[in-house]
Amino acid sequence: MLTKRIIACLDMDGGRVVKGVRFKNLRDAGDPAECAAAHARSGADEIVLLDITATSGNRNTLLEAVRSTAHSLFVPFTVGGGIRQLDDAAAVFDAGADKIAINSAAVHDPALIGKIAGRFGSQAVVVAIDARNTGSGFEVYVSGGRVPTGRDAVEWAQEAAACGAGEILLTSMDRDGTQSGFDCELVRAVAEAVSIPVIASGGAGSARDFIEVFREGRADAALAASIFHFGLENIGELKIELSNAGIPMRWPC
Amino acid sequence: MIAIVNYGAGNLNSVKKAFDYLGAEIMVTDQPEILGAADKIVFPGVGHFSSLHALDSTGMGKALLQAASTGKPILGICLGMQWLFEGSEECDEIAGAGIFPGKCRQFPSSVKSPHVGWNSLSLHPGSRLLRGIAQDSFVYYTHSFHAPLVAETTAATEYGRQFTGAVERGNIFGVQFHPEKSGDVGLSILKNFCEL
Repeated sequence: MLTKRIIACLDMDGGRVVKGVRFKNLRDAGDPAECAAAHARSGADEIVLLDITATSGNRNTLLEAVRSTAHSLFVPFTVGGGIRQLDDAAAVFDAGADKIAINSAAVHDPALIGKIAGRFGSQAVVVAIDARNTGSGFEVYVSGGRVPTGRDAVEWAQEAAACGAGEILLTSMDRDGTQSGFDCELVRAVAEAVSIPVIASGGAGSARDFIEVFREGRADAALAASIFHFGLENIGELKIELSNAGIPMRWPC
Repeated sequence: MIAIVNYGAGNLNSVKKAFDYLGAEIMVTDQPEILGAADKIVFPGVGHFSSLHALDSTGMGKALLQAASTGKPILGICLGMQWLFEGSEECDEIAGAGIFPGKCRQFPSSVKSPHVGWNSLSLHPGSRLLRGIAQDSFVYYTHSFHAPLVAETTAATEYGRQFTGAVERGNIFGVQFHPEKSGDVGLSILKNFCEL
């Protein structure tokens, strides 16, 4: 049976893993390669590394982190942050990523999705969407959550899928880092609108939150950072709890 | 030496890295003569079935078939496994190797496609490639088309229907999942291949 995936996310700034609340107040949480290996050992189904302050200046820092993280990691490894064109993606794949995540660049140029998918396959292209509840719907934000686009998140997810995206990584900006639960309404709206897998992100705080986002949110995978970095939750224990609740899990792994 | 077939599509790094980790001597190649010189061949595939047209234009397809007939161990991964069958609905113009019968098909509309994530293997006894792998072990899949169950299927996986997760006959092996991305289970499978 296909299991629901638990994905550990490493937000990276200047070569170090950090974690903030609602995209702000960053705290140091360690070395990316060490964090990734530890998460994989404790049962993470996938690792995502996001360079949250990616600029062309620290591109080499990112590629070095990707290389060292990928070296002995044998679960799927996604890298995002600052990928603006096909060449950027190619460099990240060359450094050892299995998938790339693109966000702002895809909104500005949806054809980029197809370009990368055409060369590396759709399975290698994750479109990341940061969305905020407006009361009447969900609006897409770009540039690390700083710039509203006026675009509807569900429509954008559908367009991204049509352009060749292999998965959607959907972050609720309202919930990011709050540990107050995933935005199941947002996740479900997108998951029911596209046939590609949807990874729910933003708000993971307890096992119950994961159960809800898989049941009510219809998520295919759920991503979390805060709770895993600071040892507040062990991925193995989380998987046992979800498994006992009837959610199909890769456990033991 | 294990040759890893590069036919110009996708990303071979992960496969290469896994064999490096296992200490195998490998060579990534797009040269048919290297396949002839290799002890074993790995044929990883990714993307659309139509990308396999490059096998014809480069002579790699012929070299693979020839190596297969000499008894050299060959492991097809993902699209590389699908190529071992007769063809795929994904691209009717391209013929597969026809080593295993049947065509690859899409999943039924009752399930989302692509099939992405960790799914379990229902093992059939006697596989050399899957020696020592526990029943119901999880492996990582990402694909839109799947091969039918055949007499040579060594592991089946359920997603909308049962399909071939692993297949083997003599020196020819195929896995639809990605052993290079399947944690310790995947590494054990690749180690088995190295030790054949």
